[in-house]
Amino acid sequence: MKKFAGQSIIDKLSERFEASKQELTSNSTIADVRQKALNHLVENGLPHAKAEEYKFTNLTKALEKNISFEMNTERVSVSKEDVEKLRIEGLDAYYLTFINGEFNSEFSDEVTESGISFSPLSAAIQENNQLAGKLFDKLSKSTEDAFVAMNSLLANEGTVLEISANSEVSKPVFVQYINTKSSDIHAKNLIEVGANAKVTVIEKVDTLGAEPGFSNIVNEISVATGANAKFYKIENDTDTSYHISNIHVSQDKDSTFTSNTVALNGAMVRNNLDIKLEAEGCEAYMNGLYLLNGKTHVDNHTIVDHMMPNAYSNELYKGIMDDKSRGVFNGKIFVRKDAQKTNAFQSNKNILLTDDATVNTKPQLEIWADDVKCSHGCTTGQLDKDALFYLMARGIKKDRAMAMLLHAFASDVIENLELEPIQAYVEAIITSRLEK
Amino acid sequence: MLSIKNLQARIEEKEILRGINLEVKPGEVHAIMGPNGSGKSTLASVLAGREDYEVTGGEVNFDGKDLLDMDADERAREGVFLAFQYPVEIPGVSTTNFMKTAINQVREHKGEKALDAVSFLKLMKEKMKLVEIDQSLLSRSLNEGFSGGEKKRNEIFQMAMLEPKLAILDETDSGLDIDALRIVSNGVNALKSKDNATIVVTHYQRLLDYIVPDYVHVLYKGRIVKSGGKELALELEEKGYDWIKEEAEAAV
Ligand SMILES: Nc1ncnc2c1ncn2[C@@H]1O[C@H](COP(=O)(O)OP(=O)(O)OP(=O)(O)O)[C@@H](O)[C@H]1O
Ligand SMILES: [Mg+2]
Repeated sequence: MKKFAGQSIIDKLSERFEASKQELTSNSTIADVRQKALNHLVENGLPHAKAEEYKFTNLTKALEKNISFEMNTERVSVSKEDVEKLRIEGLDAYYLTFINGEFNSEFSDEVTESGISFSPLSAAIQENNQLAGKLFDKLSKSTEDAFVAMNSLLANEGTVLEISANSEVSKPVFVQYINTKSSDIHAKNLIEVGANAKVTVIEKVDTLGAEPGFSNIVNEISVATGANAKFYKIENDTDTSYHISNIHVSQDKDSTFTSNTVALNGAMVRNNLDIKLEAEGCEAYMNGLYLLNGKTHVDNHTIVDHMMPNAYSNELYKGIMDDKSRGVFNGKIFVRKDAQKTNAFQSNKNILLTDDATVNTKPQLEIWADDVKCSHGCTTGQLDKDALFYLMARGIKKDRAMAMLLHAFASDVIENLELEPIQAYVEAIITSRLEK
Repeated sequence: MLSIKNLQARIEEKEILRGINLEVKPGEVHAIMGPNGSGKSTLASVLAGREDYEVTGGEVNFDGKDLLDMDADERAREGVFLAFQYPVEIPGVSTTNFMKTAINQVREHKGEKALDAVSFLKLMKEKMKLVEIDQSLLSRSLNEGFSGGEKKRNEIFQMAMLEPKLAILDETDSGLDIDALRIVSNGVNALKSKDNATIVVTHYQRLLDYIVPDYVHVLYKGRIVKSGGKELALELEEKGYDWIKEEAEAAV
């Protein structure tokens, strides 16, 4: 018998889809995608406890327990102050703010420079925007992940960004999702980076208040020939928030993509990052840092798929687990038969600060080409006792000495973050956690 | 200044120190010698506050305070300094930042004001000259990739920066070339005063030619089995440890 999980959630989602059908299916192309997503969910359900890809992270069970999945029509007012507190201090960016899944123009910046066009997803769908048709459920597919299906079924809002060829966007685009009281939000960002264009996008999801919230965000990012795109994900949500992210990237010839994922708080977070190097000469960088405490559970699943020759990928994920927190890392590297002269590197390092903290780490390399350079390594350990004693033997207090060692451990990932205000934000969190 | 009475310590059920007695007064230099594995580094580590060792008996008084009651960092702030036999490499921690943090925590403890960047750099320059250590070493991560001799020199540089009351040098001479031995010893001597004291752990007379001890003690199987003046070191150099071992075994 086939295992089926999440029936009650799927029932609710179907109801909601029926109730908002008119709005959700106004565009025939998208309507078709949504129907297929629903069919997929109804037939397959959500990941069950033993599902290979979710075996350490039983999101289905957590959602069943904590999230109502009721339609939320209640309007909660959010102040400018609330919104600004959740941004990154000192970071000059185009802020695009969504409250409970709806674009809020009052709190958002106008993106006026040439070479970049922004449209909220709802408007793009209404206007039959070609990009929406091209990317919606295309790179990340409903058939491959039940949460993508859930997103494709309900997401009617998000960010559609088009960077035209040869344009260099002058400052980062900061996509901010704020969830208040509502039980769940589903949003999609569709991003097309034109040939030789350059852009940095930052995404941060926050929940206001102590009630449990669920956010399900999909990014579909197409990076054209010679383009350079950077994507930051800052996860520092409340203790009762559940989050799933699917970032799917396709890279064309000689393009560069950098993903920076920083997970700092939440109840349960699952990040799926999937990068396809579809042409020659691509470079992909994946940096990850997870600094967890309390009962936070963060699962990073990454895939880099080398499909063509002469591409390079480098992945560095580091985690520090305190209290009863749990980290999961699964890094897949595929090197296809055609992908000769591939260079692919992966490293995952973890520090457990208590006996109750855990981490599950698994590299997974599948190589079909013969002329490749691949390396991977994972380590898990405690804070180096000898180093701690050395620092303390010079008069440095224990908390401070620990903070110095943890900063040192995380320093290479933090350096990779490039944007100074984000570095400062992360550094401050390491320090404040230890001085608690 | 330092008074050790019947100190006993063990690690993982293994008795290593079996009743150490030692009195160190301000201005004195004590040398501790003894065969490999006799417990010299253990004594140094226990005095510095390493937690791996379990103190099972005895007491240690430092300047009127119970040393064993303090954590390692507090002992250091009170003025105990251990130059490690094997200094630890700490990638990602810059030597300068480390030194600044340490100095200012020690100063804060003494009720002094934190050093600003300018005075700190001035102090660094002065002490770097004393032990002839190169700026380029200090701009690197702490001890990372340092040669054996460079690590030892860095230990003495740190000691010069922190100006401890009691310095314990654990085989600081091993790994040093002839010039470095002279430089490091001169550094140690320059820091000597009537108010501070030094314990040097060494295997060789050549260090004691430079840093002349007032007392020499021989540690064997976790006890000080013989003490004498500086001539004891010369005698050991000549005769080795066998006669001491025999004397010690006979006494049991
Ligand atoms: N972690 C440990 N577990 C078990 N035995 C230990 C441990 N650490 C030290 N010892 C033992 O304690 C004894 C004393 O070691 P210690 O390092 O103090 O000797 P030492 O006198 O400094 O020797 P050396 O001259 O070689 O530096 C040795 O027999 C050593 O093997
Ligand atoms: Mg030793």
